[in-house]
Amino acid sequence: MIVFDQVQKSYQVGGRAIPALHPTDMTIETGEVFGIVGHSGAGKSTLVRLINLLEPPTGGRILIDDENITDYDAAELRAFRRKVGMIFQHFNLLSSKTVADNIAFPMKLAGIYSKAEIRDRVNELLARVSLSDHANKYPSQLSGGQKQRVGIARALACRPTILLCDEATSALDPQTTQSVLKLLADINRELGLTIVLITHEMDVVRRVCDRVAVMDAGKVVEMGPVSDVFLHPQHPTTRDFVFESESIDRDELQADLSKADGRILRLTFKGESTYKPLLGSVARESGVDFSILSGRIDHIKETPYGQLTLSLVGGDLDIAMQALQAADVHVEVLR
Amino acid sequence: MEALLSNVDWSEIGWASWDTLVMVGMSLLFSVVIGLPTGVLLFLFGKRQLLEQPVAYAVLSFVVNVLRSVPFIILLIVMIPFTVMLIGTSLGVAGAIPPLVAGGAPFFARLVETSLREVDRGIIEATQAMGASVKQIIFGALLPEALPGIIAGITVTAITLVSYAAMSGVIGGGGLGDLAIRFGYQRFQTDVMVITVALLVIFVQVLQMVGDRLVLYFSRK
Repeated sequence: MIVFDQVQKSYQVGGRAIPALHPTDMTIETGEVFGIVGHSGAGKSTLVRLINLLEPPTGGRILIDDENITDYDAAELRAFRRKVGMIFQHFNLLSSKTVADNIAFPMKLAGIYSKAEIRDRVNELLARVSLSDHANKYPSQLSGGQKQRVGIARALACRPTILLCDEATSALDPQTTQSVLKLLADINRELGLTIVLITHEMDVVRRVCDRVAVMDAGKVVEMGPVSDVFLHPQHPTTRDFVFESESIDRDELQADLSKADGRILRLTFKGESTYKPLLGSVARESGVDFSILSGRIDHIKETPYGQLTLSLVGGDLDIAMQALQAADVHVEVLR
Repeated sequence: MEALLSNVDWSEIGWASWDTLVMVGMSLLFSVVIGLPTGVLLFLFGKRQLLEQPVAYAVLSFVVNVLRSVPFIILLIVMIPFTVMLIGTSLGVAGAIPPLVAGGAPFFARLVETSLREVDRGIIEATQAMGASVKQIIFGALLPEALPGIIAGITVTAITLVSYAAMSGVIGGGGLGDLAIRFGYQRFQTDVMVITVALLVIFVQVLQMVGDRLVLYFSRK
């Protein structure tokens, strides 16, 4: 468990303290995939680097499994960092070392593993990230996705309990992003590893995260389970991210809605209710006519969800609302 | 042919070439031994680097700059008392080596500093995140990553030392430069001059070629 207790960070620029992270309380549970989303400069990069103290905080305490890591001396800190893997947007592999040597590197630095142990572990990890055939290649000979898989293998070498991902998929194409995210999800499930992932893409959060924190201007402005934050965003920044990820143009949406008659509702289906043939029966029971203004069906991690924006005309609106709510559909009246 | 190169004493040329090789080789060795750690320190003490030390950086940088800003021909003369103190003579092959190192080491140190700066900061950060100590970061990540640049730096330094070594002929340093000055210039033996210059050119070409090959071999980018 990672606990932030009033953690803050500011930088001295020209004698003035510029806050990068305002005092923040946050708890990341063991074994969860925790996403931190924000625009560049929002402070998410600082936040993730506080967890392994690449950036020391200027105030507050960081507890990891009830130990205050901000009290560590240099040697304790080095030992602690071996238990926290990290992967990066630009992979940061050593160009002078082969794939196998890159993966072995943290184990060699630790100085507590025998040659045989290192060799076995490297082979096991190469197989885990499907790169066994590339063991003796140099990073420059690999594609972006392959490089990131080397990065993941390297981060896992010393069997960490936490994996930090710093925009790990931002330099990858959509298809490769998907495969890397799948690998991360598999690792999280199989190894019970806690993953903290920062990204500027809500889509990444939607696919792999259990919970998410949204950052804006050095503050966590919204935090909660991904389905809550994603389907019912409260803060304007969060809304921006959700709209962005759905490629919805807000002005266009408003224009579309203004053309529709009657009441406008947004229905959110989650889990099993996504697949139920609900609208027809509600329409028959209540006598309302509806037209679909927009809609989408997708998954949040493994849970299916759907969101429909409808305009309703005629009939008994109350009966319709009741019937929808009775079927576990979240109803929001937009107009 | 015989008449054209009438003044050329080939065994003299041979010895002079050997002397040049020894001067360049030895001074290169010491320049690397002194310049490499100096360059690493310059890098580490620099702004926003691992061991940021503004005062130490300023001092070290000043010394390097002073040695680099003195024209080598002056450095040769200024160094004479130190050279005598250090090895007993300021003449011959041995006497030329201390001023060559005084010129070569700071030059190489700057090249090392530059090539270390070109190592991606992300690699240093990643290595730090693995729990590496500063020593491990230097030897495990920084130097291997900067190796091609450092080899290129050694090549440039070696070539600079060839020309410096030739210059040391002025103060009786020995080697091809000495030959060129004593025979080629002072006795107007143009043929000796041409041969020494040709040999120096060949020498530099070979150094550059070998250096380039090594850089290519160690570049994995």
